[in-house]
Amino acid sequence: MEKQSLRKAYGEALVELGKQNSDIVVLEADLGKSTMSCLFKDAFPERYFEMGIAEQNMASVSAGLALAGKIPFYGTFAVFASGRAYDQIRCSIAIPNANVKICGSSCGLSDFGDGKTHQSVEDANIIKTIPHLTVLNPVDAVEVKKMMEVIAKIKGPVYIRINRNDLPVFTSEKTEYQIGKMYPIVEGEDAVIFATGVMVSKAVEAAEELNNEGIAVQVINVSTLKPLKKEEILKYIKGKKAIITAEEAEKIGGLGSDIASLIIGETNLPFEQVAINDSFGTSAHSYEELLTKYNISTIDVIKAVRKALKK
Amino acid sequence: MSADEKTKKLNEIALQLRYDIVEMIGVGNAGHLGGSSSLAETIAVLYFDKMNFNKDKLKDPNRDRLVLSKGHAALIQYAALCEAGCFPREELKKVKTLNGLLQGHPDLSIPGIEAVTGSLGQGLSISVGMALALRLDKSSARVYTIMGDGEQSEGQLWEAAMAAVNFKIDNLTAFIDFNKLQATGPTKDIFYIPDLDKKWDSFGWNVIKADGHNVDKIANAIEEAKYIKGKPSVIILDTVKGKYFSFAEANAAYHNGILTEETKNIALKDLDAVKAGA
Repeated sequence: MEKQSLRKAYGEALVELGKQNSDIVVLEADLGKSTMSCLFKDAFPERYFEMGIAEQNMASVSAGLALAGKIPFYGTFAVFASGRAYDQIRCSIAIPNANVKICGSSCGLSDFGDGKTHQSVEDANIIKTIPHLTVLNPVDAVEVKKMMEVIAKIKGPVYIRINRNDLPVFTSEKTEYQIGKMYPIVEGEDAVIFATGVMVSKAVEAAEELNNEGIAVQVINVSTLKPLKKEEILKYIKGKKAIITAEEAEKIGGLGSDIASLIIGETNLPFEQVAINDSFGTSAHSYEELLTKYNISTIDVIKAVRKALKK
Repeated sequence: MSADEKTKKLNEIALQLRYDIVEMIGVGNAGHLGGSSSLAETIAVLYFDKMNFNKDKLKDPNRDRLVLSKGHAALIQYAALCEAGCFPREELKKVKTLNGLLQGHPDLSIPGIEAVTGSLGQGLSISVGMALALRLDKSSARVYTIMGDGEQSEGQLWEAAMAAVNFKIDNLTAFIDFNKLQATGPTKDIFYIPDLDKKWDSFGWNVIKADGHNVDKIANAIEEAKYIKGKPSVIILDTVKGKYFSFAEANAAYHNGILTEETKNIALKDLDAVKAGA
């Protein structure tokens, strides 16, 4: 399956947005060559602000730019974009609903070599708790571009996660994209897997494997982590025999627990979560090694489906 | 208006803002009397003399902005916005009440407030962002930021200080309300930060010192800062926390103290005495 870079898609989308709207400005904390915001720097140097290695200041400066009418996109590694600047996001940006777009790059375990200080398995979990924030976790490079176009047009703060590694492309430029909507990637009537980010590709692999055993699994791409819409979830659990969630994030406060809390009282279906169990990451030579170590690989999704269906 | 008349007017306004602070705190409630009253003259000069501020044009892109980084002194800013006509006087007494307009710290829902502050150390960063935006728009508007001296221990404001110099921002004037007290005692005892002026100078800022209770000197410092090109200016205001309130002057207990019937009456008498002497 064709893989594409989400980071490159982010950088190219910034340039495209910059052409369309002179109010788009970009801030970076000495990681522009990694997040790929450097493409915007080359195209619009006067609207690119290198903030040095000072993420808290970058977050609040972005708020000031937004309050004075600009549309700032600030980016750095997800762990620094979120946790390092949590209170700045909360007070400078979210309370006044400032029109700041935050890019959490190298999210999850995708920066496999750098280890636990640079990996972020809880960034979306904590950012989701802040009122006014929209939180997005794109599945592939094509969806990154579609999301960027949408978030540049809506008013208010948005946090978008960008995976460091090239990922399979499941979405198409031709299909629509709306914040809050969930999109089926694979159809199946026995069970539904609500997957997000890199885990969509793992869920699709699991569905193919299970299909060989006669188990038909539907895979839903949940690329909007917040707002999470109950009606969308209810739509896809209807007629199924089990619910599985799959995410490359902490189980506590993750997608699985969010979905569970929304459907309490609505269903008695078996429910299994594939997520990271209260643990930091670690260094490894490959992304796949880490997904296996933290029990969020394709085989773990398969096991969860079998367990939920008692097969 | 002659220079003398202007000085008189600004002093009268500063005094009125102090009356408003007392009215807002009322009896039996805690309020930031000390750090609000140390700023009365500066706030009066900014809103009623130096800033391009018009209550009917609060969204004008070319307005000057004031960001109160030491957001706990919101009462003095609310007093000025009320005197300027941004919201009805009735709101003053409803400050910090559930159905009131005026929040415990500055909030964007309040007409005339430009940023959410109160979590200390963030206002200068927000102001740097505003200054960059105004420069991109080729606006002649200026951004003013007021920080506390206790607030100087927040690391983020030094990040902002470096950023402002890095970007050669000269449409920003910062103030430090050097009132020498913070929430729990004298700043030099709680968290000693020697040579503030030298620190800001070594960070690349143009440093100006002014008597923070002298409206003419404050106004002159603001004018001086406007003519400094290629770098930002900071005005260190020598002030007295709780200025003109006999029981609160240089008394850390009134950082966020409660007024009783007795202290409220003393407060009003203190202000009456200033008025009579003026």
